[in-house]
Amino acid sequence: MAAVIECQGLNVRFRTDDGAVTAVSDLDFSLNPGECLGVVGESGSGKSQTFLAMFGLLAPNGSATGSIRYRGTELLNAPRGALDELRGNRLAMIFQDALSGLTPTMRVGEQMAEVLVRHQGLTRQQARARVIEALEVVRIADPERRYAAYPFEMSGGMRQRVMIAMATLCRPEVLVADEPTTALDVTVQAQVLRLLDGLKRHTGTSLVLITHDLGVVAGLCDRVLIMYAGRAVELGPVRDIFRRPAHPYTRALLRSMPGLGIDPAEDLPVIPGQPPDLEHLPPGCAFASRCAHVVETCRVTRPALLAVGADHARACHLPA
Amino acid sequence: MLNYTLRRLGIAIPTLFVIVTAAFFLMRAAPGGPFDAEADLEPEVLENIRAAYDLDKPLVTQYWLFLSRAVKGDFGPSLVYKDFTVTELIAIGLPVSITVGLLAKLVALVLGGLGGIIAALRQNSLLDHTLMGLAMTGIALPAFVSAPIMALFFGLYLKLLPVAGWNDGAPANLVLPVVALALPQIAVIARLMRGGMLEVLRSNFVRTARSRGLRESSVVFRHVLPSALVPLVGYLGPALAGIMTGSLIVELIFNLPGVGRYFVQGALNRDYPLVMGVVIIYATFIILFNLLSDLAYAALDPRVRKSYR
Repeated sequence: MAAVIECQGLNVRFRTDDGAVTAVSDLDFSLNPGECLGVVGESGSGKSQTFLAMFGLLAPNGSATGSIRYRGTELLNAPRGALDELRGNRLAMIFQDALSGLTPTMRVGEQMAEVLVRHQGLTRQQARARVIEALEVVRIADPERRYAAYPFEMSGGMRQRVMIAMATLCRPEVLVADEPTTALDVTVQAQVLRLLDGLKRHTGTSLVLITHDLGVVAGLCDRVLIMYAGRAVELGPVRDIFRRPAHPYTRALLRSMPGLGIDPAEDLPVIPGQPPDLEHLPPGCAFASRCAHVVETCRVTRPALLAVGADHARACHLPA
Repeated sequence: MLNYTLRRLGIAIPTLFVIVTAAFFLMRAAPGGPFDAEADLEPEVLENIRAAYDLDKPLVTQYWLFLSRAVKGDFGPSLVYKDFTVTELIAIGLPVSITVGLLAKLVALVLGGLGGIIAALRQNSLLDHTLMGLAMTGIALPAFVSAPIMALFFGLYLKLLPVAGWNDGAPANLVLPVVALALPQIAVIARLMRGGMLEVLRSNFVRTARSRGLRESSVVFRHVLPSALVPLVGYLGPALAGIMTGSLIVELIFNLPGVGRYFVQGALNRDYPLVMGVVIIYATFIILFNLLSDLAYAALDPRVRKSYR
C-alpha cells in the first residue's frame, strides 16, 4: 500500500531579527490511503508549520528543506502553478480559525463556487448546484439562502462547517485539519468531529488531524505522531500509544489529560519546566531538561526515531 | 441603501444652510470692503456704487436678499470682475477645473493604485523600495516646483508640449497641468494602497484563499482588493472635492481659466458674491463626495452595507 504523503527529512526554519528559529527538524512520516493520522503536540511543537510547509503557505521569512511528496510529486518549494493544481483540489486544508478564514467581503457560496470553477472547470451555475449540495451535507439549514450570505452573518460553528464543505468540494485525497475545533464551543466541536469522521469513512479521504486534544485523537485517529520542539518523539497506532506509550513525553501528556471526577487544580499532574528555546535547541534530546528519567546520553546525543514494535517507533535513549 | 442616501441628502440641506450663513457673516465681519482698492472715489460716487449693489441696506436684509436669489441659482454680479455675474464666472471656470482635476485624479488612481498593489505584493524587494522612494519624492515635491520644471523641459527645451494656456482643452495643453497635479496624488495613493494591501495580505482569509489553489490574480482582485481599498476611499472622498481648490497653483502656473484663483482673489478683494458662490459650490462638493465615499464603503464591505438602514 503506497503512502499518499511521504515526508522525509523535513526542516522548517524562520529567519528572525534575533537569528534563525528551527520550527521543524529532521521530520519523517507518511500518510496511508484512507487513514486518519493524529498529529499531537503543544504550541510551538511544529505541527502546524509542517503542514503549512506542505501547502506552500509558510510565512515569508520561513523556508523548508527536505521532501514532502504527494504520490511521488514533490510539494516542497514546488512552482506556484504546479502547487495550485493540487491544493484545494487533491490536497485540502482546514484552518484553526474559522472565524477569520472566510473572505469577509465575498458571499459564502461564491467563495465555495470559485473552488469548483478553478479546479473542475464548472460554470458558475453548475458550481452553485454543487455548493448547495455540499452545504446540505454539512447540515447547514436553508442552503439556498445561505449561499448568498456573508461570513459575518453566520455563527462560528456554521463557518467552520462551511470551511469543511469548501475543503471537500473537489473530493481531496488528503485533508489536513489544523485544530478544527479549537475556536468552537463544545457542542459544536462534537458536530464538527462527527462530520470529519463521516467524511473519512464515506469518501476514503486520508485525514490529518492536528490537535492538542488527546481525547479527539483516541476517538478519531488510526495512528498518532507526537511532536515536541519540532521533532517527532513517538509515532504509532493509537491503541499502542495509549496503552504502551514508549516515550516519557507521551506518558507525561497522557497523565496530564483531565478526566471526569478530577479536580484539575488539585490532581492534574503538569509537566515541569518549559519547552526549549527554538533558537537554541540542545544538542541532545529536546525533552531532556523536563524528563524525569534523564540520563547523561540524553543531553549529548539526539535520539533517533527507532522501532519499538510493529509500526510503533519512538525517539528515546532509555531502555524500552 | 436608497433610504440611507435620501436621508443623507436630506441632512445635506440644513448643513449647507449653516455653512452659507456662517460664511456670509464671517465675510462681512472681516475689515475692508470691495471697493477699497479703487482710486480715491468721491464719497457720493462710492455711496452710489454701494447702493447699486444693495450694500447700503442693513446686513440682515442683505442676507435675506442673497438667500432668496441664491436658491434660484443667482449669486448676483461680481463686485470686481465687472460685467460678469458670479454664476457666469463659475460656469466658465468650473468645467476647466473639473476637467483638469478629474483627469489628474484618474491618472493618480490608476498609476498610484497599480504602484501600491505591486509594491505590496513585492514587499521589501528592490522594486518596492524604488516605488516607495519615488512616492516620497512625489509627496515632498510641490506642484510649484515640478510644474515650472516640466514646462521648461517639455515646453521650452524639447518643444513637445505647450508651455501654458487652455486652448479650449486641447489634449496637448492638458498634459502638463494634469501631470503636475497628479504627481503628488500618485504618491499619496500608492502609499495608501500599499498600506491597505499589506494589512489585508496578512489576514487569515488570504492564506486560506491561497490554500485552495486560487490563482494569484483571483486572490488579489477578488479576496484582497475590496478590503484593501477602504483606506483609499476615505482619502478620495474629501480629495475629490479638492479638485476645485487644489488646482489653484497649477491653474496659475499654466494660466488656465479655472475657478481656483477665485477662492483667493475673491476673498482678498472682498468680492462678497463671488466668495459666497465658490463657498456654496465647494461645500456642495464636500458633502456630495463624502456621501459618495460612504456609499463606496458600503459597496466594498457588506457589513457596512448592513448597517446603512
